[in-house]
Amino acid sequence: MQDTFRLRINGEVHAVTVPPDMPLLWVLRDVIGLTGTKFGCGIAQCGACTVHVDGRPVRSCLLPTSAVGEQAVTTIEGIGETKEGARVQMAWLALEVIQCGYCQSGQIMSAAALLAQTPAPDDADIDAAMAGNICRCGTYLRIRAAIKLAASGDAA
Amino acid sequence: MPAVENLSLNPTRRGLLAGALAGGFVLAFRVPAGAQPESEPDQPADEPAGPFAPNAFIRIDPAGRTTLTMPQVEMGQGIYTAVAMILAEELDADFASVALEHAPPNDRLYANPTFGIQVTGNSNSVRAFWMPLRAAGAAARAMLVEAAATQWGVDPASCATASGEVVHAESGKRLAYGALVGAASALSPPADPPLKDPKDFRLVGKSLKRFDTPDKTNGKTVYGIDAMLPGMKIATVAHSPVVGGKVAHVDEAAAMAVPGVRRVVVLDDLVAVVGDHMWAAKTGLAALAVAWNDGPNASVSSQDVWTALREASAHEGAVAKSVGDADGMLKKGGAIEAAYEMPFLAHAPMEPLNCTVRLTPESCEIWIGTQVISRVQKTVADLVGLPQDKVVVHNHYIGGGFGRRLEPDMALTAARVAQAMIGETVKVVWTREEDIRHDVYRPVYRDTVAATLSKGKIAALKYKVTGSSIIARWLPPAFQKGIDIDAIDCAVDMPYDVPNFHVEYVRAEPQGVPTGFWRGVGPNNNVFAIESFMDELARKAGKDPVAFRRDMLDKEPRAKAALDLAAEKSGWGGALPRRAGRGVCVQPAFGSFIATVVEAEVDTSGEVRLRRVTCAVDTGIAVNPDTVVAQLEGGLIFGLTAALYGEITIRDGRVEQSNFNDYRMLRINEVPPIEVHVIASGAAPGGIGETGTTAGPPALRNAIYAATGIPLRRMPVDREVLAGKKEAWR
Amino acid sequence: MMRSAVSWFERLGRTRQILAIAGAAALVVLLAAAAWLVGVPGAMDFADGRKVALADYPGADPTGVPAALAGAGLVERGEYLARAADCVVCHTGPGGVPYAGGFAFTLPFGTIYSTNITPDEETGIGQYTDAQFLAAVQRGVGRHGEGLYPAMPYTSYGYMTDADILAIKAYLLTLEPVRAPSPEARLAFPFNQRWLMHVWSAMFAPHKGFMPNAEKSAEWNRGAYLAEALAHCGECHTPRNLVFAIDNRAKFKGAVAAGWRAYNITQDRKTGIGDWSEADLLSYLSTGHAPGRGTASGPMGEAIDESFSLLAPEDRRALVAYVRSVPAKSSALPASLAPAAPASHRLGAETADALGKTLFEGACVSCHAWTGEGTLSPLATLTGARAVNDPSAINVVQAIVSGDHRAAAGGIISMPAFGGAYSDTEIAALANYVTARFGAAPSRVTEKDVASLRRQAGG
Repeated sequence: MQDTFRLRINGEVHAVTVPPDMPLLWVLRDVIGLTGTKFGCGIAQCGACTVHVDGRPVRSCLLPTSAVGEQAVTTIEGIGETKEGARVQMAWLALEVIQCGYCQSGQIMSAAALLAQTPAPDDADIDAAMAGNICRCGTYLRIRAAIKLAASGDAA
Repeated sequence: MPAVENLSLNPTRRGLLAGALAGGFVLAFRVPAGAQPESEPDQPADEPAGPFAPNAFIRIDPAGRTTLTMPQVEMGQGIYTAVAMILAEELDADFASVALEHAPPNDRLYANPTFGIQVTGNSNSVRAFWMPLRAAGAAARAMLVEAAATQWGVDPASCATASGEVVHAESGKRLAYGALVGAASALSPPADPPLKDPKDFRLVGKSLKRFDTPDKTNGKTVYGIDAMLPGMKIATVAHSPVVGGKVAHVDEAAAMAVPGVRRVVVLDDLVAVVGDHMWAAKTGLAALAVAWNDGPNASVSSQDVWTALREASAHEGAVAKSVGDADGMLKKGGAIEAAYEMPFLAHAPMEPLNCTVRLTPESCEIWIGTQVISRVQKTVADLVGLPQDKVVVHNHYIGGGFGRRLEPDMALTAARVAQAMIGETVKVVWTREEDIRHDVYRPVYRDTVAATLSKGKIAALKYKVTGSSIIARWLPPAFQKGIDIDAIDCAVDMPYDVPNFHVEYVRAEPQGVPTGFWRGVGPNNNVFAIESFMDELARKAGKDPVAFRRDMLDKEPRAKAALDLAAEKSGWGGALPRRAGRGVCVQPAFGSFIATVVEAEVDTSGEVRLRRVTCAVDTGIAVNPDTVVAQLEGGLIFGLTAALYGEITIRDGRVEQSNFNDYRMLRINEVPPIEVHVIASGAAPGGIGETGTTAGPPALRNAIYAATGIPLRRMPVDREVLAGKKEAWR
Repeated sequence: MMRSAVSWFERLGRTRQILAIAGAAALVVLLAAAAWLVGVPGAMDFADGRKVALADYPGADPTGVPAALAGAGLVERGEYLARAADCVVCHTGPGGVPYAGGFAFTLPFGTIYSTNITPDEETGIGQYTDAQFLAAVQRGVGRHGEGLYPAMPYTSYGYMTDADILAIKAYLLTLEPVRAPSPEARLAFPFNQRWLMHVWSAMFAPHKGFMPNAEKSAEWNRGAYLAEALAHCGECHTPRNLVFAIDNRAKFKGAVAAGWRAYNITQDRKTGIGDWSEADLLSYLSTGHAPGRGTASGPMGEAIDESFSLLAPEDRRALVAYVRSVPAKSSALPASLAPAAPASHRLGAETADALGKTLFEGACVSCHAWTGEGTLSPLATLTGARAVNDPSAINVVQAIVSGDHRAAAGGIISMPAFGGAYSDTEIAALANYVTARFGAAPSRVTEKDVASLRRQAGG
């Protein structure tokens, strides 16, 4: 069974005809072609697929497309348009956080959501928001520092 | 800064370089550096008229655009930036405006001097290419200078270069490189161009911003898994769960009923479901009823593997090094003995394995991120029966390699699926479960070691490594006289001065479990065993672990200096809470001297908490010091992850782990502060990408030993042993 | 557990061994006799009214298949009834061929395995006569006269009619035969004495057949047949007494079976399902989930997927009607369920230890959220689930250890299994954090409890 869904992604409406239980990740990547959102584990254990749904960080690998409805979806391709997203991206570069980069779309999405919710996060807040994002290259220390830098507003 | 060493070209490298330079032509590069998704078939790049291409690494067009071709692949280690810095340093290019390209498959032009083929591995990109790249940059610069000097009618020696221009200071004349392209192209590359004195380096040694990272913050970077071609189908695969098994029976009906599934491809040892998108493929594969004939490895278990390894380890091995009379000394009595064992490990790069293939009767095109592009080309050409030049490989940024992408198997699998759908483009993406269960695993190793002490130092030491030879499979000519040069790396060249020293290797291949290179390779095992044993010996000798090591490092002053610095910065010897301890590790791996101190605590239930890591590194000239620090931070986390959680186990011939829930990763909330201190050095650059991975586990193990008195001899850390619930394995 | 029992026994001298055997046998007989003398009520004895022979029941026949299948052939009817009896869940080993057996039951005194019920002549039921098959299903007597262990719920299946059982047999005989010998049971003395099972069966599972209640509706009687004869709810949801017999004095009051807690499904409003609406119950049985009530997991999840969700809607309604007639009995569980937890990680669960939170924020929060309200799917909602409101945390521990990965009727359930890579200490800490954060009362599970629960579930 397939249904047509009108998804609001980064401010644009995309009509897609897919199975209702198809996770948003594959709609983004394989149907719409927004490949910045990554597939890492498929079981919400690594966070590589994180997008925002109405501002909340969500693992798109397990989010059924039918559950998105009218909610606004923001992906890594669009997060730079938000204040927090732009700050996080700049801090990431200022501290040269990234290595292979594959997990970083998800890291940046989680970090931007954290800052939107908690503008001045401490270590416990960072753990609470970021521990669901795995990085095999081990960039965690710089992620922590970059979030603090982004929060301080000094990266720009 | 100490004097610069080892700057002369060694003969073989020079020969290779000469070959590359003499090649004198540049292939039509097809893969852009990854700025935009490949949404349409590649066309040959629009080559501006008359670019200056003095060698395979540098191309300058008349507009002055400088394009640098990256012989090594970028998988997070920062090599694109380092290679560009080295080239641009000697070329004196305008670094801010250079463009980078992935190299196409071409062993003749881009072979890694260490291996003779295109390989990114062994932490040797900077080490191996340091001189060839400097020479390439210097040769191009010399030609541009000569062209300008000729035009101006001045002595080339009176000209200087800076940021993409030739400058004649006396006359105040300056010409941009672009303007010199035509004239320079007519010149022959100089055979032995003068290299810069390192004190004049303007780029090398600075923590410059990486080229690859901006697009990695906004989703634009295209990894292999992101290849998007018109009409492309997406497939996912199930290989036989047991190595050597075959498909017995497939009922396709349920899979074909899944919306979006286009076809089921059944090969002798794997099945693939092809669909419009990964969800269709994945759902279809789950619905597919496959019965397997498990074959000869059906009953293999981890226990069988260990039993066989221990039996093999009792045999004499091939002698890799023998100094003095270790055997004779050990027979006199008083020998201290131990055995160490290391588990199978999966790579689990964040980007699951994938490869996109379009196969026609006349051609084959491949989109992939690989550490071995020419091997991918050759392997696929052999499979599909096409000449190698009919197989075009587009390399991509790599979402984590760690050695997994030193194998071409994901390309072979995809090409085999493509053989069932000639003329169509298919992207084959492995699920994480498939990625974990069909890896080439870091082999199990068993190391036996015996030593005697005299006056607080090691008098004799005999060390035997038993394990799989990856080299024998992966680079057969390098496997000579029963010795795997990787398996004994950091054993034969351990840093301590031991007068009677003997190293042996026993090759033992695990049944039914393929083995492969894993970040840190041979040194991981040897540094772990030797450094663990050093702590046990120090305790026997009644000495502090740092002092015990230090007293035997007179012949390796760089290692000693690193040890002193790490001890100082870590507060070695300072008070710690109960059940907390510090452990140290010293290593000469990959041409860098590193000392690491891990501070950890162990609670009464055996849970280990990392408190702090301090690391001192002498890697010679640090091309980009911030990258060196980043690689050590990340490498340490990679190694500590394995030490705490990493083990692949086998039951009924099958890998038991499947995903990050049961093959566990350190997370941000478990990672301690890590300090990396880079020692200023003028020595030739050492390798760095794998060093942290090697350093973490023994330092942690020794910290646990200090905290609890329990000498762990197997990895990963067994929390039941630390809780006193079971005996430490001996 | 078993090993320690055996070694204890082996350490005894010969004379003492004989004494121990005699003593154990005497104890069994004594206890059995005591229980028998007191008399355990039958499964449907709670309901007032006159029981009659099936043939004498005036209403619609409560046995067999639903109306839609009335005209179906024997095999199709058998397939429906096999589903309703949920044979496949126990008769399939992990990752094995359906119905080929090999599923392990880990009991306090050893391990037994389910048998192959595909038509294989040697290792399956290919050579069973009808009489042999009936004896096994209704009375727990194996083909060679051996007593079956009551992991095979013949106590319940004894209520099934011969016709229904033989329809199931007809269906099973259409399956592809699979050669799969059942692993040998490994049981400590005296439980390895199969002859004792005949004594046990005679006392606790007398084969009487299903007797409808003439004063109850046809729907109730159909529900009773489904619940008692086929779905065998009481095997898990009713506590057992000292001699392992189902104690219908506490019918449906809840019990621990195979390391999972089967909750109180009596009409008790606080600790049972008395305040569940009919819609809640129907939703739960058909999808494994009812809003605000949690999601079926473990054995109940399997029962939903393999059995209840596949039944005819009128059969589910009949089951609900019957279950709702079982008298309320209160259990020792918190009387009120906790509301959603705070959205901030800083609030709530203040008593929980740091390790539990570290693990939760790493591996769990992506789906379950700090509030406990599923981020990705209502199936992941913990708020309101009995399991997180159970201070024993039994099912929380089991769900963490073994996970759940199913395409359920209500959507995809993707709960990873963490038992392989997380220590007992960690799982205990995590379970305690989860109950503290999302439940009415925090659990105090220890690593030893986790180890024991793993064993009970066969891990």
